Amino acid sequence: MTTRYTKDHEYIRIEGDAGIVGISDYAQSQLGDVVFVELPSVGKSLSKGDEAAVVESVKAASEVYAPVSGEVVEVNSDLEASPGTVNEDPAGRGWFMKIRLTNQSELDGLMTEEQYQEFVKSIS
Amino acid sequence: MAEPAHSDEPLLQTPLHAQHVALGARMVPFAGYDMPVQYPTGILTEHNWTREHAGLFDVSHMGQAFLVAEDKSHETAARAIEALIPADVLNLKPNQQRYSQLLAEDGGILDDLMVTRVGAPGHEGWLYLVVNASMKEQDYAHIEARLPQGVALRRKDDLGLMALQGPSAEAVLAKLSPEAAGLAFMMSADVQIDGIWCHVSRSGYTGEDGFEISCQGKDAPALWNKLLSDPEVKAIGLGARDSLRLEAGLCLYGHDIDPNTSPIEAGLIWSIQKRRREEGGFPGAERVQREIKDGAARVRVGIKPEGRAPAREGTVITTPDGREVGIVTSGGFGPTVNGPVAMGYVAKDVSAVGTDLHLIVRGKPLPAKVAAMPFAPHRYKR
Repeated sequence: MTTRYTKDHEYIRIEGDAGIVGISDYAQSQLGDVVFVELPSVGKSLSKGDEAAVVESVKAASEVYAPVSGEVVEVNSDLEASPGTVNEDPAGRGWFMKIRLTNQSELDGLMTEEQYQEFVKSIS
Repeated sequence: MAEPAHSDEPLLQTPLHAQHVALGARMVPFAGYDMPVQYPTGILTEHNWTREHAGLFDVSHMGQAFLVAEDKSHETAARAIEALIPADVLNLKPNQQRYSQLLAEDGGILDDLMVTRVGAPGHEGWLYLVVNASMKEQDYAHIEARLPQGVALRRKDDLGLMALQGPSAEAVLAKLSPEAAGLAFMMSADVQIDGIWCHVSRSGYTGEDGFEISCQGKDAPALWNKLLSDPEVKAIGLGARDSLRLEAGLCLYGHDIDPNTSPIEAGLIWSIQKRRREEGGFPGAERVQREIKDGAARVRVGIKPEGRAPAREGTVITTPDGREVGIVTSGGFGPTVNGPVAMGYVAKDVSAVGTDLHLIVRGKPLPAKVAAMPFAPHRYKR
């Protein structure tokens, strides 16, 4: 199982030709208590870097960008009722959406787990 | 996710800075100070703790000053400040405190502030002022430039200030100073707590019962630690301070009130006592009196979004048929309400409680209603 990260703190966990997208543990800790998540509609076509979702903490709203290009094939609608799941389990139950990749090679430009942890260390 | 902006300006520190760092606070720049936005438990927990127990806030960044009449006459000092604000200061009892606003000549709000008639013996003719951190330089310059002969402004930058807020605040303080704990709302006293001189007032910015405690900056860490040693008390950051005051319907200067808003538009008529409404004699009196008589064209209202999405400051407000009628000035998530809450200015014809509105959030109209404030009931000790 391969997970890749963006420098905007999204992750994508590859499962075949699709990937589960969420925000990193570092991102959720920086945001603080998540109180609202706005998800894209299933079927939406995203280009890498597009605003894909919005995550709101008590203090502020932040955009979640598409880490790769592709089609949204599933969203985690549990987050509507329980946005705090993003804080509790960002890598698991706190996922945002599943994207079917249109260009696998975009993954090469993303960070590995190890590179991302180094990156987080360098900015915190 | 977008990174927050960083500033390279050197930041000031309050006397409690080391305490915040030791508690593991996340520090952010606020009004030129390095301030705790939250402690490790987070804003939701801090907010709820304050509503259910007692929260301790460092507000030492705020501006504390005295206005001193050379002739030791309260009337001299009161007249001097009444020329700048619309509150009745003349009829304040010793140790009584009032909320007011510094007004511009056009009636716009230059800042909001607390004014107390000092009651300590030997301080006749003294008023104690507390102004916003971000405005203190401007406020002091504004006040000083307009003081008559024989009245002087004395900045007290060496003082600390903390707020103890919440339903347990009285019981916590009673163990340290029964006199302070027995104060009535908007009254103050000078007391000793553990040998530390404190000026305590029964007031705050959360909608809860509570106290604001001023002391020498050098004594602030000992007093802070003493209050925090009570298991009912936890340190609360600026994040929860904002969500608490928003639910309480209280204005934040620079957001809900500013030089473009008048006290009547802002719904602050309650802070202008009858004598001043009738006599005027403060900057912008003509506008204020006219708006009292005829109503203001736009007014500050509470707004309750109907869904779960918060509407933030700057959100455009329209009628359901798309007519633009106002703007959100504060908005976010209310933990006690357990949903989004906001306040903003709307045209008078759509300001009645229950009026249907739309909030334009990320390009989409979200249904909302004008709501009565406060969103969380005030629990002041009257």
